Amino acid sequence: MKVFKGRPVIAGKAEAEALVSHGGFNTLASFQKSLMFGDGNATCSDQNNPDLYKKPMSGKALCLPRTIGSTTGGMVLYCAAAMGRQPACLLFSEKIDSLAAAGAILADVWTEASMPTVDGLGTDFLEYVRTGMKITVDEDGTVTVREENE
Amino acid sequence: MKMQLTPEQQAVLDGSRGETVAKVMKTLVLYGETFGAEKLVPVTGEKGHIVTSFGLGVMKPVYKLVDELIAGGALSGQKFTADPRPLDKSVPSNLLQDLVFKYMYSKQRSYEKQLSVLGLEDGDAFTCTCYLDEVGNSPAYGDVLSWAESSAVVYANSVIGARCNRNSGIIELFGSIAGWVPYFGLLTDEGRMASWRVEIATSELPEAQLLGSAIGMKVMEDVPYVVGLEKYFPDGLDDRAKTYLKDFGAATASNGAVGLYHIHKLTPEAREKGLFLVRPEAKTYVIDDEELRRVRESYPCIWKDPDASPKLCFMGCPHMTMAQLTDWTEKVTEALAKNGKTRVVIPTVFTAAPAVLREFKKTEYAPKLDAAGVVVSSICPLMYMNNPLCGKMPVITGSNKLRTYTSARYYTDAEILSAITGGKEC
Repeated sequence: MKVFKGRPVIAGKAEAEALVSHGGFNTLASFQKSLMFGDGNATCSDQNNPDLYKKPMSGKALCLPRTIGSTTGGMVLYCAAAMGRQPACLLFSEKIDSLAAAGAILADVWTEASMPTVDGLGTDFLEYVRTGMKITVDEDGTVTVREENE
Repeated sequence: MKMQLTPEQQAVLDGSRGETVAKVMKTLVLYGETFGAEKLVPVTGEKGHIVTSFGLGVMKPVYKLVDELIAGGALSGQKFTADPRPLDKSVPSNLLQDLVFKYMYSKQRSYEKQLSVLGLEDGDAFTCTCYLDEVGNSPAYGDVLSWAESSAVVYANSVIGARCNRNSGIIELFGSIAGWVPYFGLLTDEGRMASWRVEIATSELPEAQLLGSAIGMKVMEDVPYVVGLEKYFPDGLDDRAKTYLKDFGAATASNGAVGLYHIHKLTPEAREKGLFLVRPEAKTYVIDDEELRRVRESYPCIWKDPDASPKLCFMGCPHMTMAQLTDWTEKVTEALAKNGKTRVVIPTVFTAAPAVLREFKKTEYAPKLDAAGVVVSSICPLMYMNNPLCGKMPVITGSNKLRTYTSARYYTDAEILSAITGGKEC
């Protein structure tokens, strides 16, 4: 088990399985197909992201350095949240970028969905966490990472 | 950090313009505070530009939100342009694909009506290259903008010297509604400093789309200062340079998250401040022929049959300029003659803004391109490729943005020209 402390951009609690992207997370490319064709699991459609491609994102603790790509990114996250297909939480190793922040804030202000968002967790976080590990997020931005069998 | 609002801004946040505008304001304040913005500043650009131009049937949350804005009187205080439309009957498609298009973009008409009420400039305002003279949404140096569309934002910041953050869709509209945007990032002098020095050491002028891709993937959202490119543009920031930078910037923004770049001795701020724009602790990235080869070879091919013959070619993502249309017309015509052909051998679509195409159609080049069998359109190729039946087709493109978001395969301009005119196959 290891504990990391970040900044709560959108404060909240979450418990979920980790889904880890070591490269920049392209929000549009990742959610594009699932939103368009009603895939409730939000299967990642970004061919350029070998960590996530074809993996379900809905309800997962999405661990990432930052988001990249089209400026529809925040709108896409907002739509995912409004449709109940959002990740359980967004955990950024770096400082959050403007597109992801927009998505998280739009989801918070304009929908009923919960998507706690923490940034600045540090490079150690992304080096430690692996897809499938158990994640707990607290209101103050504390993120606890446990092994799958712990 | 709490933002300091003026009495007028505080009143809006407290509901002086209604509950909905107050909610818009709250979103902008939270957004700014996330990035340490201490204030909101007025949007000084004459027009806005929004990225969400497509009426996808499944985007119900967006239409609901827009309905809420309209009902609450939260309209844009400035006219705005929008990204390209997703559909155009002149672009090749079969019956089944058309049926899927009809289903996918079932909200296009009603969404455009919503946009008109919000402040869309006119029905011709749909292009990702709103900044071109023919289109007329051309900000001035130093203007503060509330735009989205990654390729337009990076162009406005870098080539024009306007100031705009990489806003998300919806947030950009909120800035136009409120009339203010949070002051952080690329709006500040500090945020416009480069944290990468990129040195071009190639044997010739690199393909714009490939160079932009390499830089985007390396620097991600940082600001690069590029040295060594200027020697290929001895005439300064003319139309040729602007066109190159349009495509270069779109690739930096889509393959990474670049919102601003400086080109030594070429772009306005680099001309003004030169290497003083480079932070002392900036990292260095040297790009030579080998590096560009490595980057290109890293692109995955997700065609079902990697050896399939291309069924369609898209050029113009972002939309082509007038110079590109005329230049490509000449190149296609000459190559067809050389290869003993009269029409392109792969269905080919060149995309450009409605206003650019209107001007192009007045020129002597338009009938030549038409005779060569090339379709011109103002469609968004990305939206076309979102149709799963289209996405399964082997499509080739010179756009690194289209490659990033779809199954389209990237080729250099020379390779595309050869393939579509019956020369060497891709």
